Amino acid sequence: METFTYYPGCTLRTKAKDLDTYARVSAEALGIKLEEPADWQCCGGAYTTAKDEIATKLSAVRVLNSAKEAETPLITVCSACHNVIKQTEYDISRDEEMASKVNNYLGLSEPYTGGTKVYHYLEMLRDVVGFDKLKEKVVNPFTGRKIAAYYGCLLLRPAKALAMDDPENPTIIEDFIRAIGGTPVIYAQRNECCGGYITMEDKAQAQKRSGAVMGSAKDMGAEMVITACPLCLYNLKKNSGSDLPVYYFTELLAEALGLKEASNE
Amino acid sequence: MNKNLKEQVLRSGGVNVLKCMRCGKCSGTCPSYGEMEYHPHQFVYMVEKGDIETLMKSESIYKCLTCFACVDRCPRGVEPAKVVEAVRLAAVRQQGNNHLEPSEIPALLDEDLPQQAIVTAMRKYAK
Repeated sequence: METFTYYPGCTLRTKAKDLDTYARVSAEALGIKLEEPADWQCCGGAYTTAKDEIATKLSAVRVLNSAKEAETPLITVCSACHNVIKQTEYDISRDEEMASKVNNYLGLSEPYTGGTKVYHYLEMLRDVVGFDKLKEKVVNPFTGRKIAAYYGCLLLRPAKALAMDDPENPTIIEDFIRAIGGTPVIYAQRNECCGGYITMEDKAQAQKRSGAVMGSAKDMGAEMVITACPLCLYNLKKNSGSDLPVYYFTELLAEALGLKEASNE
Repeated sequence: MNKNLKEQVLRSGGVNVLKCMRCGKCSGTCPSYGEMEYHPHQFVYMVEKGDIETLMKSESIYKCLTCFACVDRCPRGVEPAKVVEAVRLAAVRQQGNNHLEPSEIPALLDEDLPQQAIVTAMRKYAK
């Protein structure tokens, strides 16, 4: 059984428990051990790109360092956490001034200057488990179901830091959908923004963006949309005005593996 | 023109605005284009010219979704979102200039709103 340090992030403990619960039961069934560090902190939700921002990057460095100390790769499942942690890892590995300021502040026993391998849960399915192996373990396939993958922005961009997939023509979630027996639906808005946190500031803009995403998926014949991001799920469900169902990809994974009922008991 | 402000924004943004060839692809792909008074390509140009206080006073700095579409689609690697972020930080770092205060948050909540939205908004709109 391969062990990973697992970073759930703030929202998976509260409003996105389904994303977390189904990720954990499915990992166990796939032979992956997830170990949550004792003292993780919220990643802050968005990476601050400014060179003169240090404090806003510290919580991500702390969890990267926890994984380093545990001598395991780090695994994330929320798109936002993943984006923040990957961008932090990218910058601290390359920007000596940032690394020096961060380490002056943290005072770790050994400075952290990058090196932790960070996987999104989807990358773990693709690169560690393998979609072929996943397919063999499916007991409830989504045969004939037309499923639209919603990437949004945070899983893919900036591509040089995230390095998960082609940012304009991604395939990882479609390959996941095929592995669980479904039929992926390709649509134009799958890698465009849902509106994100602008729902706090300008509801009309969030409605416009999420409405465009759901309209695009429905036009191409989707029966449901799947995402890895709690804020995408919120915008697509609450702000889009669409009746198309939206689920976390982990919920479909658990259902395909025959674990959904058991994890709800 | 405030030279110190321009230097501060360029240093904070960490990008070379002189690489911009004014193709407008960043603004063409921006999901907030319709909501912005000044668009991503204008941020790049106005920062280059040192016309930054105009941007700091505009609501446009609060409309960027940080989706990085302009960053990945710029054919010159200018990374306009980083320029927008640097200008917004120059604005919200001023005393009394938070765009969102913690006391305003309870009225914005509903039972499904994820914590992620709140922490992200605070990171973007306040210091």
